[in-house]
Amino acid sequence: MNDFNIDTVTNAADTPETELPWAELGLKQDEYARILEILGRRPTAAELAMYSVMWSEHCSYKSSKVHLRQFGEKVTEEMQKDLMVGIGENAGVTDLGDGWAVTFKIESHNHPSYVEPYQGAATGIGGIVRDIISMGARPVGVMDPLRFGDIDHPDTQRVLPGVVAGIGGYGNSLGLPNVGGEVVFDSVYQQNPLVNALAVGVLKHEDLRLANASGVGNKVVLFGARTGGDGIGGASVLASESFDDTKPSKRPAVQVGDPFAEKVLIECCLELFHNNLVEGIQDLGAAGISCATSELASNGEGGMHVELTNVLLRDPSLTPGEILMSESQERMMAVVTPENAANFEAVMDKWGVEHSWLGEVTDTGRLIIEWDGDTIVDVDPRTVAHDGPVYDRPYHRPEWQDRLQTDTFRSSAAGGDLPASAEDLGQAVVELMSSPNMADKSWVTDQFDRFVGGNTALSQPDDAGVIRVDDRTGLGIGLATDCNDRYAYLDPYRGAQLALAESYRNVATAGAVPLAVSDCLNFGSPEDPDIMWQFAEAVRGLADACMELGIPVTGGNVSLYNQTAGRAIHPTPVVGVLGKFDDVSRRTPSGFQRWADGQAIYLLGTTRDELDGSEYARMRGHLGGQPPAVDLIAEKTLGEILINASRDGMIDAAHDLSEGGLAAALAEMSLRFGVGSRTSLHELCERDGVDPFTALFSESQARVLVSLPRSEELRFTDMTTARGFPALRLGVVDAESGGIEVAGAFQDGSFGIGLDELKEAWSSVIPSRFGGAAA
Amino acid sequence: MPTILVEVMPKPEILDPQGKAIANALPHRGFTGFSGVRQGKRFELSVDGEVTEELLESARTAAAEMLSNPVIEDVVSVTVAEDL
Repeated sequence: MNDFNIDTVTNAADTPETELPWAELGLKQDEYARILEILGRRPTAAELAMYSVMWSEHCSYKSSKVHLRQFGEKVTEEMQKDLMVGIGENAGVTDLGDGWAVTFKIESHNHPSYVEPYQGAATGIGGIVRDIISMGARPVGVMDPLRFGDIDHPDTQRVLPGVVAGIGGYGNSLGLPNVGGEVVFDSVYQQNPLVNALAVGVLKHEDLRLANASGVGNKVVLFGARTGGDGIGGASVLASESFDDTKPSKRPAVQVGDPFAEKVLIECCLELFHNNLVEGIQDLGAAGISCATSELASNGEGGMHVELTNVLLRDPSLTPGEILMSESQERMMAVVTPENAANFEAVMDKWGVEHSWLGEVTDTGRLIIEWDGDTIVDVDPRTVAHDGPVYDRPYHRPEWQDRLQTDTFRSSAAGGDLPASAEDLGQAVVELMSSPNMADKSWVTDQFDRFVGGNTALSQPDDAGVIRVDDRTGLGIGLATDCNDRYAYLDPYRGAQLALAESYRNVATAGAVPLAVSDCLNFGSPEDPDIMWQFAEAVRGLADACMELGIPVTGGNVSLYNQTAGRAIHPTPVVGVLGKFDDVSRRTPSGFQRWADGQAIYLLGTTRDELDGSEYARMRGHLGGQPPAVDLIAEKTLGEILINASRDGMIDAAHDLSEGGLAAALAEMSLRFGVGSRTSLHELCERDGVDPFTALFSESQARVLVSLPRSEELRFTDMTTARGFPALRLGVVDAESGGIEVAGAFQDGSFGIGLDELKEAWSSVIPSRFGGAAA
Repeated sequence: MPTILVEVMPKPEILDPQGKAIANALPHRGFTGFSGVRQGKRFELSVDGEVTEELLESARTAAAEMLSNPVIEDVVSVTVAEDL
């Protein structure tokens, strides 16, 4: 049927001298030697394909594993209280109460999105959604933390519109609300955009499914889309160089997604779970069938027998190695008992999903793959899936780190001539809000469907995305993702903690109780000891901080080698925090309400002189010094205050202070619904010993701005006093003025910014670069 | 007025969701006997005057660089039609 030679196990044993292109497939000399040792012979072409892709950095976490262990080791009993499934499965699962559970995970699709922005970003959504399905959950929302190069760079002009359209095109078609994320511009991401995708799903406890092939004699089935040449990078080497030079050697490295096929796959899987028709299930993502067969087998009884010619193909010219490595989208593999096979087929027929029975579960401890009866793979699946190489790569603190940290904003030329007059400070606020990173992102988020499904209670630009899970009780979840890469560059340990602190604070600000963490660790090359140090420090910082806050990391993803021409991105540990609402109707929105005229505005937390790495410093082209101090005890207390205030209905708006400090928070709370405010910085400057400039632009952590009715002021301040947390009345909501008025210890009275003027400056930045609609 | 026709198809090995959807729909409407469908697109570039070799070359470049996405599509043909 095919015009290529099949490299069988027998053939491999008989021809030990045959040279295989292991180096072209990305294996190192010692790794290939290890394969020879494991097998006791040379691998067949198909085996080599499997090992090479499963032992890649992406699949094996070989450089990061030794550090990631901390997420499993630095745990307390408190952290495991609600944890149903931890790290290692497709996604972690956390108990929500009432028989409900929630699963969420964040992944990167950085490189594919750079090569082909639309399809790369689209299949990023598709892949993370299938991880959620394979836990037995119904996906209920997605989020996208995005990072691009300088807003005016041609590379950004090419990549951003495609990425945004791809996320919208796939996510909207699936009917999943996109409830948040980030859009960051920085020249370090030129040619290395970060396209991370988070998905969240909910399930009843009894629907939980795991990726293991248990039960000898159970059948293995592949279903969903057909297998094509998508995403085959290295396998083309096998196809073209060692076997048949006449074949088209250039296989596409880009996968093309079909959201409508995925939508059908979601419903089809949920019906399978509901009727209890599958014993184990695994989605096919990176490394395709290689990954699914070896992981299912090694997590179950240890053996599996598969006939590869049963795989339904879109392209009949694929070689066995290519079939094993194909990353065609919208495919799933399941283990089904013989008794359930007919019912399984009935569900497939009902949804019009193609399927093929590939083989069965065995207890031989071997993964045997045949091609038309000839054995082409005979391996211990553990050696493929779990026992890949592990590197404790050398790392050391970069020699430039100290220099960077002593170059503080205050001591730099940029920090020399700071605005002090009311007029200059007012202008600085407008300038800040119209800088690309602070500007209105609705050009991006308006292309995503944020409310489909009717369960979205909050979404961008609010602090957290909030989704109702149970419409009977109002039980729901809050989600946020954050990372300030500038802080992480200045100090990776603290930067990772600050990412967690901000994400935690955002979830609590909306009123949710933080429960779990998922992280997407984006870094440069692990072979550079400087970068490896950044990675090790970030992981250590995050694990320590999780322990202190009492919430576990339940899953995530590592993306290394984010660098071009020797220039690495800033360390970017994106942290997602998931929280729980007993009733989402208690959520706290982020803007001053139109009906809230005269409400009191309180600032919670302490302001210090912390401008290094700030948005103000970025605006002046400076990056150096130390990131803001981390105080996780303060974050926890602040979180409790906000959650109680939301539960008891004390506050009507809350917004955290992060990039851009108090100036940005005040502006954003007013811009949200077009409702102004009148505040004074006098007391703040006096209490915290800072000047008005610092009060406005410092990025001290553990601070939140709230508005509340005067009738609640006493109850609220009693609560903050009882917890010993600083709370200061800054002023009032002013729905009539149409502006933001700030008085303070300025040289010349107060400044006022008209909301119309501010909105124009803030909202025109991104449309002016990217035009009407995305490509 | 002559017209330059550019035909673009998804690369054969790339998934074509539209073609697949049409292929699935055909038998439902009674059109049997077709084993697959792939859907591409055709561009008609109108020319005032004569199609010179330079103009045709420029159309080929536009086809390769702008009318198609070289990552996932192939330019199948660039031809001239006289009276369209």
